Amino acid sequence: MTTTTPATRKPRLAINFRQYGILAALVVIIVLFQILTNGRLLLPGNVNNLIQQNAYVLILAVGMVVVIIAGHIDLSVGSVVAMVGAVSAIATNVWGFPWWASVLLALLVGALVGAWQGFWVAFVGIPAFIVTLAGMLIFRGLTLVLLTGGTISGLPDEFTAIGAGWLPGFLGELGGRDVLTLGLGLLTSVALVVQQLRSRATLRRLELPRETLTQLWLKNGIAVVAIMWLAWLLSGYSGTPIILIILAVLILLYTFMLNQTVFGRHVYAIGGNLFAAMMSGVKTKWVNFYVFVNMGVLAGLAGVVSTARAGGAVASAGQNYELDAIAAVFIGGAAVQGGIGTVVGAIVGGLVMGVLNMGLSILSVDAAWQMTIKGLVLLLAVAFDIFNKRRSGGR
Amino acid sequence: MNGPILRMQGIEKNFSGVKALDGVSIEVERGKVHGICGENGAGKSTLMKVLSGVYPHGSYEGRIEFEGEETTFRSINDSEDVGIVIIHQELALSPYLSIAENIFLGNENSNRGVIDWNKTNLEASSLLARVGLDESPATKVLELGVGKQQLVEIAKALSKRVKLLILDEPTAALNDEDSDHLLDLIEHLRGQGITCIIISHKLKEIRRIADTVTVIRDGKTIETIDMHGPDATQARIIRSMVGRDLNSMFPPRDPKIGAEILRVEDWTVYHPVDTSRKVVDNASFTVRAGEVVGFAGLMGAGRTELAMSIFGRSYGTNISGRVYKNGEEISVRTVEAAIKNGIAYATEDRKKYGLNLIGDITVNVSAAALATLAKYGVIDRHREYKVAESYRTRMNIKAPSVSAITGKLSGGNQQKVVLSKWIFAGPDILFLDEPTRGIDVGAKYEIYGIINELAAAGKAVVVISSELPELLGISDRIYAISDGRITGEVAGADATQESLMHYMTAGKD
Repeated sequence: MTTTTPATRKPRLAINFRQYGILAALVVIIVLFQILTNGRLLLPGNVNNLIQQNAYVLILAVGMVVVIIAGHIDLSVGSVVAMVGAVSAIATNVWGFPWWASVLLALLVGALVGAWQGFWVAFVGIPAFIVTLAGMLIFRGLTLVLLTGGTISGLPDEFTAIGAGWLPGFLGELGGRDVLTLGLGLLTSVALVVQQLRSRATLRRLELPRETLTQLWLKNGIAVVAIMWLAWLLSGYSGTPIILIILAVLILLYTFMLNQTVFGRHVYAIGGNLFAAMMSGVKTKWVNFYVFVNMGVLAGLAGVVSTARAGGAVASAGQNYELDAIAAVFIGGAAVQGGIGTVVGAIVGGLVMGVLNMGLSILSVDAAWQMTIKGLVLLLAVAFDIFNKRRSGGR
Repeated sequence: MNGPILRMQGIEKNFSGVKALDGVSIEVERGKVHGICGENGAGKSTLMKVLSGVYPHGSYEGRIEFEGEETTFRSINDSEDVGIVIIHQELALSPYLSIAENIFLGNENSNRGVIDWNKTNLEASSLLARVGLDESPATKVLELGVGKQQLVEIAKALSKRVKLLILDEPTAALNDEDSDHLLDLIEHLRGQGITCIIISHKLKEIRRIADTVTVIRDGKTIETIDMHGPDATQARIIRSMVGRDLNSMFPPRDPKIGAEILRVEDWTVYHPVDTSRKVVDNASFTVRAGEVVGFAGLMGAGRTELAMSIFGRSYGTNISGRVYKNGEEISVRTVEAAIKNGIAYATEDRKKYGLNLIGDITVNVSAAALATLAKYGVIDRHREYKVAESYRTRMNIKAPSVSAITGKLSGGNQQKVVLSKWIFAGPDILFLDEPTRGIDVGAKYEIYGIINELAAAGKAVVVISSELPELLGISDRIYAISDGRITGEVAGADATQESLMHYMTAGKD
């Protein structure tokens, strides 16, 4: 059933198609809402809000994709976001911590929560579904205890800037546009192209298979246009949201972690076949443990961001966040059984949900219907993915 | 009715441009046992999937006639309705349901959705009697061994009024006794007029029960042999299958045996669940550099358990004993420790323990020695690719590229990926557990060649196998295990199947 033909480029293209499928869906959804809203979706203010409002989903999705690749699930992140938000707000406003110490404390609490859940999953062997379902209740309960039903507001500006602020435009303005933002866009574009060309050169030097030059320039061309267009829009509003920088760093860091490091490979190996990973000498328990610690830290960060964006902590914060993050990961092509998934996919999945939220809000669609539509999109996205796999695969 | 029960003509099937079947034609006589032989990847399983409707009518070219009428199956249900039942290599029984429930699963004796248990159990009992299985219909399937589960599958087929029974590698996981029983049963069913297609790599079995054999190679019918004819020999079938003469089943080898590398002393292992039961009992053995040592034993004798418990205590509880490498005691407490000390274990169950089936060849080859490809935890993916590519060439892994998903490779190629993984880990001692199980003659020969190369490179190779001719063909020394104890040690040159069998059954009632 296998062929003996020498290396063809076929499998590579197939992989690309699957990755770009969801990206194409995002573009279609953007264009659709751009038309339905008479061009209001992509107004600079809305694009800015899209980033700042959805940052929490994207951060959680980055952690969640790692959890799901390893073959687990985390239902507790919404509650963790609320609890960490409460801790950071109390630390700042009640205990008088400086803003940065509160942030560090929040990340530490997130890590401890992750270690707690990782312990039960990895070393005791309780399925993550159960452990994190329990966590969902435990940490929501603790949030209520911490806030005693009230809210804490009036956080300092430095703190709220993390979720709702922009980089100071110290390079001034040019024709009403923030020069720093344009410059960052340009810098990112150049860095992207240089990096791609260099990696292609390495591949050529090592005589490894690589995409054609046309493919490379087409891909980079589209990416550069998208980046510069985003920079153009943002520069005409308030400049670069701080959270965008945090997100960019996370995406780069976690893509690198999953693709290039031994830890990342072990995560895929565990999700692909736990027993085979064990029998290859992978310390599966520790990998599972750290997967949850990592999720905890990112949930902590999402807690800081959403608290900062809201300007305070409330006990009901983070409700249903876990569902948004899980939906983003699956829309982004991850497999329910584990072993498959990418950070970029999860981010695109999160953006699909975000654009839907924003577009439907602009159209003032009732919240009940918004929920219904989002549910259907999740179902269709996964159905599309399964259909695709069936057509391209198995015999 | 006259004429063949099944006629398949000019069957072609493509998978995204790759021809899996390229004009296969086959005729099966009513009331006969028809063998289908071919190397892995020759297209046997694909052909059976076309026949049983897994690949629906219209997704292939060609014509299928069953009992004189053209079939247009859209699913497995359609083919079962006319009496074609396929039993796959991986049994598909529900472990927590009883034998009777499994037999009638999807086909329940019911009245408006309420199951008639009396009728179910009564019919199940009579079906069990027909297949010669002496168990209560209420027994849960998980309490049965593989051999008995196979019989339940056949009883299930009989309950569907089967006319054409297809068995895909039915004896691959069975011991000799269970295999014998199964073959007897097939002969018995033939007496009752049930036609049978049997796919098997075990040519001895084919010779024993098949009336005709069709050989398939590269998706084409090569020839159909009348097994009652004068020239129906095993050698002829092999020649047909591989398209060349295999002068010998085993590549020649000139052993250069050096100093002792591995010594295991007083190794005792208890069963992980039934903790009072000794699975390995006070076993001691040695392996020298450049030596191929065979382990012979019946199923359940403790061969795999011995190897797995040495490999990082992957099996069993309350393990005691000592392992020495080059004369010094080493720790094999964890799999990492065992690998670090130069021990590798290639599993008998490559799908469960050996491979990440959704991963590509590259990630599987590097899996056990990723650290050697990484610096500060960052993998050098270019080097990794080159390593995988070199093993693809060296091991002759048939795949379009190293980005091919291992789950889609044939058994022999999957086995080569598993071996590549462990060879790349650079061990001094390799345990190969059933390295040729379920793979075809040509690939077997290649794997024997690889074993020889490893020995020639000064490695100590331990081969565990159920096939005695294989052990006799490749081993310098053979240990026999029975009931967890090492009952005999024979030099390869002096050993015979009879002498080994004597030790393998020693101490048994």
